[in-house]
Amino acid sequence: MTSNALFQMVFYVGVLLACVVPLGRYMTMVFTRRVPGLENVLGPVESLFYRLCGVRRDDEMMWKQYSLAVIAFSLVGILFGYLLQRMQGMLPLNPAGMAGVTPDSSFNTAISFVTNTNWQGYGGESTMSYLTQMLFLNVQNFVSAAVGIAVVVALARGFSRKNSTTIGNFWVDMTRSVMYVLLPLSLLLAVMLVSQGVVQTFDNYASVELKEPVTNAEGESVATQTIALGPAASQIAIKQLGTNGGGFFNVNSAHPLENPTPWSNFLEMISILLIPAALCYTFGEMVGDTRQGWAILLAMTFVFVGFLGLTYVFEQAGNPALAGLGVDQTASELQSGGNMEGKETRFGIANSVIWATATTAASNGSVNSMHDSYTPLGGMVPMVLMQLGEVIFGGAGSGLYGMVVFAIVAVFISGLMVGRTPEYIGKKIGAYEMKMASLVILAPCVMVLVGTAIAVSAEQGRATIFNPGAHGFSEVLYAFSSASNNNGSAFAGLGANTPFYNGLLGVCMLVGRFWVMLPVLAIAGSLAAKKSVPVGPGTLPTHTPLFVFLLISVVMLVGALSFLPSLALGPIVEHLILISA
Amino acid sequence: MLTQIRISVVMLVLMTVLTGGVYPAVVTLIAQTIFPRQANGSLIVVDGKCVGAELIGQQFSEPKYFWSRLSATGPVAFNAAASSGSNYGPMNPALKDAVTGRIESLRGDQSDHAKVPVDLVTSSASGLDPHISPASAQFQIARVANARNLEAAKVRECVDAATEGRQFGFLGEPRVNVLKLNLALDSLAK
Repeated sequence: MTSNALFQMVFYVGVLLACVVPLGRYMTMVFTRRVPGLENVLGPVESLFYRLCGVRRDDEMMWKQYSLAVIAFSLVGILFGYLLQRMQGMLPLNPAGMAGVTPDSSFNTAISFVTNTNWQGYGGESTMSYLTQMLFLNVQNFVSAAVGIAVVVALARGFSRKNSTTIGNFWVDMTRSVMYVLLPLSLLLAVMLVSQGVVQTFDNYASVELKEPVTNAEGESVATQTIALGPAASQIAIKQLGTNGGGFFNVNSAHPLENPTPWSNFLEMISILLIPAALCYTFGEMVGDTRQGWAILLAMTFVFVGFLGLTYVFEQAGNPALAGLGVDQTASELQSGGNMEGKETRFGIANSVIWATATTAASNGSVNSMHDSYTPLGGMVPMVLMQLGEVIFGGAGSGLYGMVVFAIVAVFISGLMVGRTPEYIGKKIGAYEMKMASLVILAPCVMVLVGTAIAVSAEQGRATIFNPGAHGFSEVLYAFSSASNNNGSAFAGLGANTPFYNGLLGVCMLVGRFWVMLPVLAIAGSLAAKKSVPVGPGTLPTHTPLFVFLLISVVMLVGALSFLPSLALGPIVEHLILISA
Repeated sequence: MLTQIRISVVMLVLMTVLTGGVYPAVVTLIAQTIFPRQANGSLIVVDGKCVGAELIGQQFSEPKYFWSRLSATGPVAFNAAASSGSNYGPMNPALKDAVTGRIESLRGDQSDHAKVPVDLVTSSASGLDPHISPASAQFQIARVANARNLEAAKVRECVDAATEGRQFGFLGEPRVNVLKLNLALDSLAK
């Protein structure tokens, strides 16, 4: 590892952890009391929203009402997104004259953005009008993240309340997430990104006279370069912060106008993990014991750092297939070296792998390099991180509630070993919680494996695989891992914009979102109704290094048991062939 | 359920106004006021003509120019209206072909068989990478100097001037902006 690469990684993790306490404290304030300053400005707008919607802010909801509100809001969002895409050809703010999107692609994208997945079967600059990007994609970037945050806040109330039937008001939690957390952070980030060269304009695409004309496939000479522009910065800011990941342009944050400099890259990378990391602290504060939040955050960080190191080693080692061709892949002061296919010069190996690890640890899914071109094992790391259930930081809110469910499983397993009723943060864990936890953990696994099996068995599934051999299988496995865990990144060679993939992956995203979220709300409701049990001599403390280790083990064990066989068919066998060639 | 759907509809409309209308409008207003050049694509205008965008690469194949990285965009290379990577897996035979072909055209009639820096023979992620590594620029100095009848030292000066270090001294990688370097060489000839 070069010393600079090591320094950049340490700097990244250091800055991230330094942001946890301030932002975590601030978010606790947002969900438990008034926000001084900002609330004087936005408070009236917030009240107006509630008045127009007919929401009373003190009306508490039971978990079933809370779930109903989540489902209704998501359903309306999906319907609106579908219609807007279908009709964009007839609507304004469409300078490039984009036609209506096909039914299957609209279906897929509508679900994709509402479920905070942001899987993109389409290319942004060649499919979506500015209007669609702003009114649907951009809005769902905010509200789908806010829904995730709201649910984890409700779960925290489940732990902190005693003998209560309610877990908060969804509309208030969601609105406050948007107004006091996501909007201010996005505004700040967007302006900082523009300063680096990210575009933000409503003008038509720019046209440039080329220094040297290029020849197209038909042998004709092309002398101008059309440069896609648009209101990109505002969307990129929230797609990073809200763990959405849906790019403005086709290649996402690899595009120089979406991510022009190392500094813009750093800001975007920090934004991927910022809210998921800080929410751990918020959770700790809300349940009245910040050590619980730190334990979870530590477990996440350890797994992240481990996987980061692995990806770096594999990518920096370069592609053995190019070794005999006279290519220099060694790192030096003059080049980053390594496996540079599908990576940008300004990011090199270090910043490409930090991004790839962060974006799949969190359920962000934005990319600044093409994961499809990674070495077999380098590309396996992002895949595994998604398959672990998106709980290593995970999505805004959704990562933490997933990890809390794993913590519940961890105390349950330890409870079995010593023969005591398991407890977690002052609540007895009963059969009902365990049933719900099993649903949360198993649903995405089933979708990944069954979905992949269907796709590789079906003619339509195999038809659009791009790379030959084991790598082609990896493309399909990656797609279903990504959709079922609401990540959204891709081995982009796979032609996924077909009715087959649009439909099947759409269903996976729905299950991956709601089959996880609703059981979590059920757990929240059930815990809130319980009384609190005092810590006794038989209580397993859940803030110790031992528990951190236990939690990591459970996460890794579930992942390994579920996915090792399928990984053996894809990246592992590809690696073995590659090194033996 | 009906009540929740009614609230959902109104809430979505309000959120759309706030985050889909007001928010991008405010960002655009600030961006166009403080950073108009960056917000509009960092275009390079020479003699009233727009000759390129600082952040978007172009293809060069004449010996007198420094060449950019490979671009996998279609239907032409460096199509900035449809960004794309190659998505070749590491064992894809097409990757090997592309790399071999590129090495041959880079070496041309050069007799030396120095190893070619990896970024110069591979496609970038975006297909629009404006940069090459300093190693790749130095690799091409002899060819460019030869084609332009310039001293190698003179061309090296231009390369050094166009080389950007790591941002703030440690972020990212050192790199050379190919379009800017070629424009500098052209203005040298005038």
